[in-house]
Amino acid sequence: MKRLPASFWLLFAPLVLWMTAFLILPYVRVLTQSFYTVDDFGLLQPGFSLDSYSRFFSGPLYYGTLWKTFTLSATVTLCCLLLSIPLAYYIAFKATRNKTLLYTLIILPLWVSYIVRAYAWKIILGEEGVLNSLLMYVGLTDAPISVLLYSDVSVVICMVHIYTPFVLMPIYTAFEQIPKALVEASKDLGANRFTTFRKVVFPLSLPGIIAGATFAFVLSLGDFLAPILLGGPNTLFISNIFQNMFGTSNDKPLGSAIGIILLVIVLVVLEMSARAEKRFSSLESGR
Amino acid sequence: MMYTQSVDKDLTADAPDRAEVSLGKSFRRVNGLDIAIGGAALAVMTFIYFPMLVVVLYSFNPDTVNSFPMRGFSTKWYGTMLDNEPLLHSLRISLVIAVVATTLALVIGVLAALAMKKYEFRLKRFFERVILLPITLPGILTGVAMLSFFPLIGVRISLTAVAIGHTTFLICIVLTQVYARLKRLDPFLEEAAADLGATPVQAFFKVILPNIRTAIIGAALLSITLSLDEIPVTFFLIARDNTLPIEIYTMLRRGITPEVNAVSTLIFLISLLTLVLSVRFGERETKPI
Repeated sequence: MKRLPASFWLLFAPLVLWMTAFLILPYVRVLTQSFYTVDDFGLLQPGFSLDSYSRFFSGPLYYGTLWKTFTLSATVTLCCLLLSIPLAYYIAFKATRNKTLLYTLIILPLWVSYIVRAYAWKIILGEEGVLNSLLMYVGLTDAPISVLLYSDVSVVICMVHIYTPFVLMPIYTAFEQIPKALVEASKDLGANRFTTFRKVVFPLSLPGIIAGATFAFVLSLGDFLAPILLGGPNTLFISNIFQNMFGTSNDKPLGSAIGIILLVIVLVVLEMSARAEKRFSSLESGR
Repeated sequence: MMYTQSVDKDLTADAPDRAEVSLGKSFRRVNGLDIAIGGAALAVMTFIYFPMLVVVLYSFNPDTVNSFPMRGFSTKWYGTMLDNEPLLHSLRISLVIAVVATTLALVIGVLAALAMKKYEFRLKRFFERVILLPITLPGILTGVAMLSFFPLIGVRISLTAVAIGHTTFLICIVLTQVYARLKRLDPFLEEAAADLGATPVQAFFKVILPNIRTAIIGAALLSITLSLDEIPVTFFLIARDNTLPIEIYTMLRRGITPEVNAVSTLIFLISLLTLVLSVRFGERETKPI
């Protein structure tokens, strides 16, 4: 390998040093800490023990919550896809005027504060909230529906709302990149629009759909705020347990082990999705 | 499309007829399926915007309870907000952190982007992927990792730690945005500057910088927005003084206080403004330099 000139390092060293000190070493610390133990006084005892990992996989609270996190994140991802595909399709293929405005409208929520959007659902879904009082005002219900807020449902609704723009963007981009001539050709060959969507549009936009789904899934896996703000007593995500271990429960080794498990899952999901995107990007390989 | 149409006209005599036929077809296309797609699109758009509209609307609600229908119109919650000293204090802290973190990220990120553009090195491909990790990894992991490590190197859990935490992921934003722009620049620009006798530093300030200016401004706007909104990392690194989103978070945990509607409306307006600005700069980007 040829040696890089000093000017390269002058430019690049700040980044390398910063990332090593403030990102890589902190993650290494979590890894080593996951092998430590705590003594009776809650103090860290350095060492190499797999105790935390075995506790994770033998405690139903832990692996059960991980499983629940998986299913809720998958639900959020599915809902995001179901919402994103028609809207992206409409803007990409149907809207003729105001396309830029519509596109700006779908990325705008990405710039709007997370906490503001979570809060909005709190005042909409609450027992004395906008939705319940509206339903009662119109006469659809007599008493407020209390299951709306502080339940799995409200957490899923809020996450779907927050992560849909992340899914919309790559799907819309994928739809836009499909040559319109291909769609026309499919129709000329006698396919109806449903068949055209299933056999032409959908396969060609699959990389965008995978990218969007990955965003939604990974972001929901790591979200700990929506469950705190909108969740019920049983709405527990793995990130909430993780956070607790560094707070009230004060079990840093177990917390670190959960963190490492979460990290590995996220990295595996990202890698799988990168491979799937490559595999299904027929548009590029076909050329 | 344009191309195929003109070919049609040249080669076939019945081109005008065809055009009419396809026009007729496009009128006939408005059928049940179209209405369904349009309706679904409208419904999703409503779902996305309804919560924000509610917040803006109810910031003018005279009542403490956010019920339907609203009884009257009042700006009193804006007044309450302006009297909330902890809230204003947290806003000032957030602004300072956003400016400090963005500045640091700009310096480190732009320098690294220049290095990546100018030099070839092994692992460059790998690096291009890894540099996205700080943004894609769950913020809660990064936050806890920093919480566990910073005290060991003498960085106390404080606003300094928060600023360092923000800088770390903002660097990735700046780096990817500026690097993408640099890759599209004419590779001979810098050579031409050197041929004309400019030192590398002069070439950067007189030739490269003006050409990547809009990308830098765009990245800075995005960085400030993200920093002002960041919770997961900040959550673990904060000591006494809250940032604005953390202050709102604590207000929410105490119960619903309608002044949050007023604060949220203002935050929403500011987000709108920054987006419009960044779209402006983005548009200029597409014009030939």
